[in-house]
Amino acid sequence: MPLIEIDGKQINIEAGATVMDAAHQAGIVIPHFCYHKKLSIAASCRMCLVEVEKAPKPLPACATPVTDGMKVMTRSIKAITAQKGVMEFLLINHPLDCPICDQGGECQLQDIAVGYGGSASRYSEPKRVVKEKDLGPLIATDMTRCIHCSRCVRFGQEIAGLMELGMPGRGEHTEVMPFLETQVSHELSGNVIELCPVGALTSKPFRYSARSWELSRRKSVSPHDGLGANIQVHVKNDRVMRVVPRENEAINECWIADRDRYGYDALNSDERLTSPLLKENGHWREASWQEALEHVADRLGRIRESQGAAAIGALASPHQTVEELYLFTKLMRGLGTENIDHRLAQADATVGVGARWLGMPITEIDTLDRVLLVGSTIRQEQPLLAQRLRQAVKHGAQLNVLHAAGDDLLCKVNARLIAKPSAWLNGLAQIARAMQEAGADLGAVAGAVSLVVAGDNARAIAASLLSGNSGGENKAVLIGALAQNHPAANELHALAQAIATAAGATLGFLSPAANSVGAQLIGVLPGPEGLGAHAMLAEPRSAYVLLGAEPELDAYDAAAANATLHGAEFVVALSAFKTAALDYADVLLPIAPFTETAGSYVNMEGRPQSFHGVVKPLGEARPAWKVLRVLGNLLSLGGFDYDNAEAVRADALPTDFVAGLNNTPLAADLLTLNSGDGLERVGETPQHQLDPIARRSRPLQATVDAAVPAVWIGSELLTGLGIAEGGMVRVRQGGAEAILPVRRDDRLAVDTVRVAAAHPLTATLGARLGPVSVEKA
Amino acid sequence: MSLNTPDTQVCLWTLQHAEPASLATYTANGGYEALKKILAEKTPAEAIIAEVKTSALRGRGGAGFPTGLKWSFMPRNFAGDKYVVCNTDEGEPGTFKDRDIIRFNPHQLIEGMIIAGYTLGAVAGYNYIHGEIFEEYESWERALEEARVAGLLGKNILGSGWDFDLHAHHGYGAYICGEETALLESIEGKKGQPRFKPPFPASYGLYGKPTTINNTETLASIPWIMRHGGQAFLELGKPNNGGSKIFSISGHVNKPGNYEIPLGTPFADLLEMAGGVRSGHTLKAVIPGGSSAPVLTAEAMMACTMDFDSIARAGSMLGSGAVIVMDDSVCMVKALERLSYFYFEESCGQCTPCREGTGWLYRIVHRIEHGQGRPEDLDELLRIGKNIGGNTICALGEAAVGPVASFVKHFRKEFEYHIEHKKCLVGA
Amino acid sequence: MLSAESLAQIDRELTKYPPEQKQSAVMAALRIAQVELGWLSRDTIEFVAHYLGMPAIAAYEVATFYNMYDLAPVGRNKVTLCTNLPCQLQGADKIAEHLQGKLGIGFNETTADGRYTLKEGECMGACGHGPLCLHNNHKMHDHLTPESVDKLLDEMK
Ligand SMILES: Cc1cc2nc3c(=O)[nH]c(=O)nc-3n(C[C@H](O)[C@H](O)[C@H](O)COP(=O)(O)O)c2cc1C
Ligand code: SF4
Ligand code: FES
Repeated sequence: MPLIEIDGKQINIEAGATVMDAAHQAGIVIPHFCYHKKLSIAASCRMCLVEVEKAPKPLPACATPVTDGMKVMTRSIKAITAQKGVMEFLLINHPLDCPICDQGGECQLQDIAVGYGGSASRYSEPKRVVKEKDLGPLIATDMTRCIHCSRCVRFGQEIAGLMELGMPGRGEHTEVMPFLETQVSHELSGNVIELCPVGALTSKPFRYSARSWELSRRKSVSPHDGLGANIQVHVKNDRVMRVVPRENEAINECWIADRDRYGYDALNSDERLTSPLLKENGHWREASWQEALEHVADRLGRIRESQGAAAIGALASPHQTVEELYLFTKLMRGLGTENIDHRLAQADATVGVGARWLGMPITEIDTLDRVLLVGSTIRQEQPLLAQRLRQAVKHGAQLNVLHAAGDDLLCKVNARLIAKPSAWLNGLAQIARAMQEAGADLGAVAGAVSLVVAGDNARAIAASLLSGNSGGENKAVLIGALAQNHPAANELHALAQAIATAAGATLGFLSPAANSVGAQLIGVLPGPEGLGAHAMLAEPRSAYVLLGAEPELDAYDAAAANATLHGAEFVVALSAFKTAALDYADVLLPIAPFTETAGSYVNMEGRPQSFHGVVKPLGEARPAWKVLRVLGNLLSLGGFDYDNAEAVRADALPTDFVAGLNNTPLAADLLTLNSGDGLERVGETPQHQLDPIARRSRPLQATVDAAVPAVWIGSELLTGLGIAEGGMVRVRQGGAEAILPVRRDDRLAVDTVRVAAAHPLTATLGARLGPVSVEKA
Repeated sequence: MSLNTPDTQVCLWTLQHAEPASLATYTANGGYEALKKILAEKTPAEAIIAEVKTSALRGRGGAGFPTGLKWSFMPRNFAGDKYVVCNTDEGEPGTFKDRDIIRFNPHQLIEGMIIAGYTLGAVAGYNYIHGEIFEEYESWERALEEARVAGLLGKNILGSGWDFDLHAHHGYGAYICGEETALLESIEGKKGQPRFKPPFPASYGLYGKPTTINNTETLASIPWIMRHGGQAFLELGKPNNGGSKIFSISGHVNKPGNYEIPLGTPFADLLEMAGGVRSGHTLKAVIPGGSSAPVLTAEAMMACTMDFDSIARAGSMLGSGAVIVMDDSVCMVKALERLSYFYFEESCGQCTPCREGTGWLYRIVHRIEHGQGRPEDLDELLRIGKNIGGNTICALGEAAVGPVASFVKHFRKEFEYHIEHKKCLVGA
Repeated sequence: MLSAESLAQIDRELTKYPPEQKQSAVMAALRIAQVELGWLSRDTIEFVAHYLGMPAIAAYEVATFYNMYDLAPVGRNKVTLCTNLPCQLQGADKIAEHLQGKLGIGFNETTADGRYTLKEGECMGACGHGPLCLHNNHKMHDHLTPESVDKLLDEMK
């Protein structure tokens, strides 16, 4: 450990560290622009020049390695002169437009300039003007302000894994730009906004809407995917103005996904439900809470009386908080029904022995050496976890994939087994078989897999998983959303566990929603006699209670869900938005989204994270836990007298809840390891359709990714249909159909038709992973 | 000793032959003998490096770094690939010697690179050739092919069991790629932007592998040293300045061209060889080592000998040995304006002081030249220069400042006249 | 997009570099594409990038960094005159004047008939032979005089 002296302070620091690291450790701030702890070192802005004893020239702290006995002066005359010189250069071509700049008040250049800039510029030559670039709906540009720190470019190359921005040109003509105008479409693209130390890249939706110093900053947690990214919500006049990352190295580091950043737009939109609504003679009218709730209690009570509680189905969104889900479940069980579920998109309702979770801390993903990713469109499902996996691959991890599509994961993939969904069981069995042939013990599935023949891809994956078995490796088998939605999810689980055990790997589930783990822990699941989500929509109930759920989009079989809900005698929807329930429900109760209520989510690593409301509920909307409390009392069910969300949480999540995390599979019948015949659909949830908030955010819906869903098929099928790419096709699933444009993707498995689910334009279709036919429209 | 004769010429001696560039000419005059001997005797790398150290060969690319010492920095027992790279990016205004080595003695460079590859344990070598000399790029490719056919390159060189190949990488118009790490980036297929050092190329070079980069003339001198011995090379020149050196003379002389003469030759002799200053004119100023070297006045220059140490003592640098001669017809403001434009135009743009500062310098000099100068401009030029120099990633920053500071220092009167009278002192 | 000969030339360049370093051939590939097509359009650059398996923006960075790539159409004969100091001292100014007067265009302009484009170049590494110019990037003509320039221009079809 070299001992160095910096501004007179002696510190020990690990070898290989830089002067910048040392300063950081010593609590000394060295001004900088291009340096960023998550990015490679560019050493190009030269703002961090410091004096080092015996060095003839000032050295950049960010790039200078420490050496034992080094003496660094960050504030000496020599250092300050160099820093001031650099500052002057940075400012000569920078517009002095702070008063109209969105970055004003939170600008690194402005902050440092106040300390270093000369009072009047001596530069009297014409200033450079740079043409604006159109980066699409999320990021606004003022390229004249760019100081060429290259952080945004390095972010693309190193973190996003996709170089969307570059710096063409030379010398002072260098400009940051995308290759083609308008679209920067990576799922993490918005992070360049914080990375940009000046106001060159700012948030387009937020533009000109507030000054940074007018905003109050409140901590919160992202309500979208299962990672639980920590966010800071910026509020002005009781309105959410924007969302930025809140650094948490253990979860989201300093990043958030675009979905986390721009979802908030929906919270202020016209689509918010702001008053209880009752349907009378086919017409909606506003009602008081009292009236609406009494009506609900009355109708549910009567249906239970006349038809039995099993006539009631209860569906909750896994994006609701622990507190809400707990009271919801308590209410429904109190009414006597066991038809309770939060797993709207799952075909297989098997309830596990415990709550399925990542199986390890999120940070451990970075350190994995061998990975098998099963049925996951991970960049869409878990943008930030995909980023961590990329870092692991960069450090030498071998990533293996079983999926229906050979999508670009923006990192090296060691081996892929690409097969249509019904062949996944066989695919996993092949991998297990190849491991078995290599001498591995496959435990309970040994007999079943001994009958399959392993192909080359399965062998490559098996070899990778078994390789380097010195015990020092960190290995994981990760089950993605598609595999969880699979009709044979339980069997896939059992095989995956057998593979994991044989490889010495950890089995993990990529929890799709912000509170998937919480919902399982609380037991928002069908009881022994109850029906799971898929079944209760396939076998219609008389009444449905929906908590934040939109089954007409999110169900495994959206067409069936739609028909069932339209046919139901009574539907009550607790929702923050005016959903399609306007068409089929009888009562709509406006509840508060995550920014307007206290609550908690349990993320994929089993970490509970609580937050407070950051603004008042909009209109008549109320926190759902309060609504459910009243309903419980109106129905005379005991145990609903909670004073605050914390009290609910204490009951919902007992201190030893961690014991409930358990990925052990149930025994599975592996009799049929053959795939089905004919074309099959792969219906994923697009990233910006994940939940009610994301799908109502205008900026997110304006992205390329949210464009009209296409039907993706391989060249062979395309030729067979005799239709040109871009033409329209009719997709059928039984009686369900949709007409959509067709696109080519030769990375799809044979007999696979990819049509997104959870989208209004595909909601007329059936099973997400079911048989499908395609014809020219 | 006679000057610029075959006896003292290390690189351009083939010019006395009818087909200077041919393999036949080269081998008929002892070419590839050094390589054959090394391969046959399996000369240890240490012995070769020791010989190069004895020769006092200093880099001919501009910085004059001792070549033997540079070679000794290459890690010995590195597990992966290593590379040697030759720098024929020759874009420093005034320099045109490396082109002639490729035109007239390509095989000596090839042999030098092979010996370097052998000594440094490289798997391959690349010669980065200046964009504007495409014909030389092609002719060097032909010479490489000739060498391959002769078994001098590729697998199992001369039956030694050792494999090594050489390739040409053609630049396409960027002066900065002469800077060695920008050059490596360029070979990697990127913008030619210099890397921050450390790490130095010897530990992290091409594709992140240990790499040694030398100038064309440096590498072409190696076979001569190995054939005649380091001591003989040293004795060609003077202590600490071994060998002969090619001086590229341009500007106001009667016979511009390349003159390969022993280091330490008086400038006056070189000037005479180049036919002297144009008749009717007198010597006004000389840039002795390529456009980045500070300009010297006629008097200072006439007192110099042509070697690293003498020119450094006079306040400039020998650099690449490019001597730009200016007679009394030259307007120093206009000359500086053109040079300042060059550095502004060629700044790679990554680091702040150079990207912003070179433009600022140029714009001020441009204003002065066009009659818009202000009295405070000259001090401002020097002040800006101080904020650039020493604060940049690579030496282009200093290179841009060198001319500005020296022109203003030695010819301040001319600049002041321009500012005051909005016209040129020389024409007046 | 590119002819078989051009692709073969690019493939030949690729043999110079380690197999996992295809990007190293981008400068040569862009040059080869430019020789065939006259200039580098965005489509051409994208094609080259795909051919080498690199991001299009990275190829575009290269195309815009090096002076000799033409990102807009040029005349059939691009004449790049070195005007740097050594050439200037040796008379490049007069040659510049002569060229511009004769062709009726300034630097960075193309004659109406599309026959000539004039460019100003930086040091070409042949200063002792100046004034000099480059014809279509690859052929150097030195010791220029007004007379030799006239002859040259005539020969350029
Ligand atoms: C801006 C700049 C341009 C340079 N141009 C050249 C060049 O054209 N040729 C060259 O050999 N060295 C050039 N150099 C020097 C190289 O970086 C490097 O020092 C040299 O190639 C090493 O070879 P040597 O030790 O044999 O001289 C340049 C340096 C800088 C900073
Ligand atoms: S000094 Fe100039 S050329 Fe060198 S790295 Fe900095 S910007 Fe690039
Ligand atoms: S922060 Fe060190 S050079 Fe930019």
